[in-house]
Amino acid sequence: MQQTLTNFLRALRSMEIPISPAETIDAHRTVDAVGFANRTLLRDSLCVALAKSEEEVGKFDECFDKFFTREEFRDRRDEESRQPEDPVDPELIADSPLAQLLMEGSESDLAQAMERAAGASGAANIRYATQRNLFNRRMLDQMGLRQMERLIAALNRSETSAGTAAAQRLESAREYLFEQAQQYTARQFELYAQFAGEQLREEFLVKTSLSAVELRDFQRMHRIVRRMARKLATRYNRRRKHTKRGVLDVRRTLRRNMAYDGIPFETVWKDTKIEKPKIVVICDVSQSVAAAARFLLLFLYSLNEVIASLRSFAFSGRLMEISDILEHKTVEVAIPEVLEKIGFRPTDYGQAFADFDDEFMDSLDRNTKVMILGDGRTNNTDPRIDLMRRMHDRSKSVIWLNPEPEPFWGTGDSEMQRYRTFCHVATTCSTVQDLERIIDDVLKTYFRS
Amino acid sequence: MTASTDPAAQKITSVEAITEGLDSVGYIASHRIATSVFIAQNLIKPILVEGSAGVGKTELALSTANWLGLPLIRMQCYEGLDESKALYEWKYGKQLLYTQILKDKMGDTLAGTDGLDAAMEKLHGFSDLFFSEQFLEPRPLLKALRQKHGAVLLIDEIDKSDEEFEAFLLEVLSAYQVSIPEIGTISATVTPLVFLTSNNMREMGDALKRRCLHLFIPLPDEKLERRIVTSRVPGIDERLTRQLVSFVQMLREQDLKKLPSISETIDWARVLMLLNADTLDVDMVRNTLNVLLKHEQDFAAIDKSIPELTNKAKRY
Repeated sequence: MQQTLTNFLRALRSMEIPISPAETIDAHRTVDAVGFANRTLLRDSLCVALAKSEEEVGKFDECFDKFFTREEFRDRRDEESRQPEDPVDPELIADSPLAQLLMEGSESDLAQAMERAAGASGAANIRYATQRNLFNRRMLDQMGLRQMERLIAALNRSETSAGTAAAQRLESAREYLFEQAQQYTARQFELYAQFAGEQLREEFLVKTSLSAVELRDFQRMHRIVRRMARKLATRYNRRRKHTKRGVLDVRRTLRRNMAYDGIPFETVWKDTKIEKPKIVVICDVSQSVAAAARFLLLFLYSLNEVIASLRSFAFSGRLMEISDILEHKTVEVAIPEVLEKIGFRPTDYGQAFADFDDEFMDSLDRNTKVMILGDGRTNNTDPRIDLMRRMHDRSKSVIWLNPEPEPFWGTGDSEMQRYRTFCHVATTCSTVQDLERIIDDVLKTYFRS
Repeated sequence: MTASTDPAAQKITSVEAITEGLDSVGYIASHRIATSVFIAQNLIKPILVEGSAGVGKTELALSTANWLGLPLIRMQCYEGLDESKALYEWKYGKQLLYTQILKDKMGDTLAGTDGLDAAMEKLHGFSDLFFSEQFLEPRPLLKALRQKHGAVLLIDEIDKSDEEFEAFLLEVLSAYQVSIPEIGTISATVTPLVFLTSNNMREMGDALKRRCLHLFIPLPDEKLERRIVTSRVPGIDERLTRQLVSFVQMLREQDLKKLPSISETIDWARVLMLLNADTLDVDMVRNTLNVLLKHEQDFAAIDKSIPELTNKAKRY
């Protein structure tokens, strides 16, 4: 039974429910307390002990049902009873235990034998759909299929009527066995590996260049980016009060201890309050970054979900504020709307900065971080370096994330080299992984200061 | 831990016993809820109860304490809660008095010693009373650990507390003991049954989650909700119960900012009883809907469909 539980925990892990060693111990103790006899009791107890959020409860129930279903082997004797045949002479099949099992054993014996063989051949290690046949074969070998095949061949060769009849029946039994084994591995695959492919795809996407990600991966990408944004937000959103340990706040200590005759029983320490991040993001959605724009917006959208005071702007020819759109619409609506309103036109950085200067420059103060997502290609228009300088002077810091690799900066109509003078950080950011690293750094330095 | 001193161990023998016991104090527990209490008692682990507001998270702890006949010790969490409010505090006033007395007595006690060294020697001979249990003011957590017959400890709305506080809870929750630097470690006499509730204001840390069993209480289905209403509002007309529960169930399928939960259903049932209603009608629903819906926008969104929903509900 221990093996069963271990396998079940593995199945849970493959459904992305994290099971730590401590939880494994809990699971075993739970089973000790309730036993395997009552199915509902077992399910509810394990669920309480292992699933740690609403989402995981749903996954757990699904996995439990799948795992603890043993599809009853279809009773083949029913079919055969319609055309009754003489029992096979036991002596003929004495050599092959598998043949004996198929001919004489009960369905549950057969199911158990299959479980054992599956355990021995490691069917639970299945990871890809293409491995199904391999594990199938291994499992059947483990059960003694080769031996039985030799027996069938021998019986066929013997050319006695009893022999060929027995061979025929064994062959049909073998087909039945194949079918069962296939069903078994299919279920194993569903249990242990259904999500492995998904995980692989996600791992791959994280490292793919933003401009190369295809539209059909949009949903998946959204999930990854949102997870990332949430991770970053939980890490940084909470740390607002940071105690300066060891520095006594004399004034507050005296006041608090008035009641004790001024004897300082309670000490009060100085602490610094750290303000919520104020971040302004300006995102290029023009033709030149068309491929990446969708994902940059996606990132912006996720960031907006988790950071309270974020103002976002998008531009190609002109600039507009998109905070409201991102705030109030779902991601499927918001991103196309932004792109339709303003996207895919020829870039004009100068004009965009001028627009920003007209309306929003006042909102920058020395607590604001400005983040610009764009390639810095100006279509040979005036880059308005003066406005860039003003932005740099007014804000706490300016960070430029460029989807192009650094050697391309300054080539053709790229004004990146001139812009970068006025950035505190200018760096290439072409994959989700880059994005995460950079934002992590940004938030970290922000909270330290 | 012997059975005679621990009513929890005595009464919690099986899941059925829990369901029945909670039923007897008016809490209708689903199988999963009862199981979680059972496992908590057997594995000696706290339960983290999650669910939207008003589904009976706090009520579960109250009813359990009520059923087991154990004292309920409740700690409401809020931002800024720290260990001096949750665990223990020194009785400063008493300590101050003690120093005063000490000052007076000092002369007598030290009379007859010659030299400072001898006086110090004598002083060391007295036990250190200043930081002893007599001067300790136990706060909820410490109180719960020191109950002779066990207790039900309710840590309410843990998600509202600070991150540091969560970390500080870990010792209490996993080892059922607290460390007081001046005294040492105090362990529980009988481990209390601990419930933590969370409204998901923020995600709880993994360390905390790992130490707890997790129970998610969803909004109830129609059948369960009817039973809960009947149990909570005794004497309510059966037909009215059916109608109002089905109305609430339909309401939950609408796009509302805040879905009405069980506590709202119960409140509404009480209001309808007070108004001597025996069946729903449109005007009455409109006039009492503010019990169910807590947002102006929700009210506006539903207003038009009130007649339709009421008529549908009346068919029950």
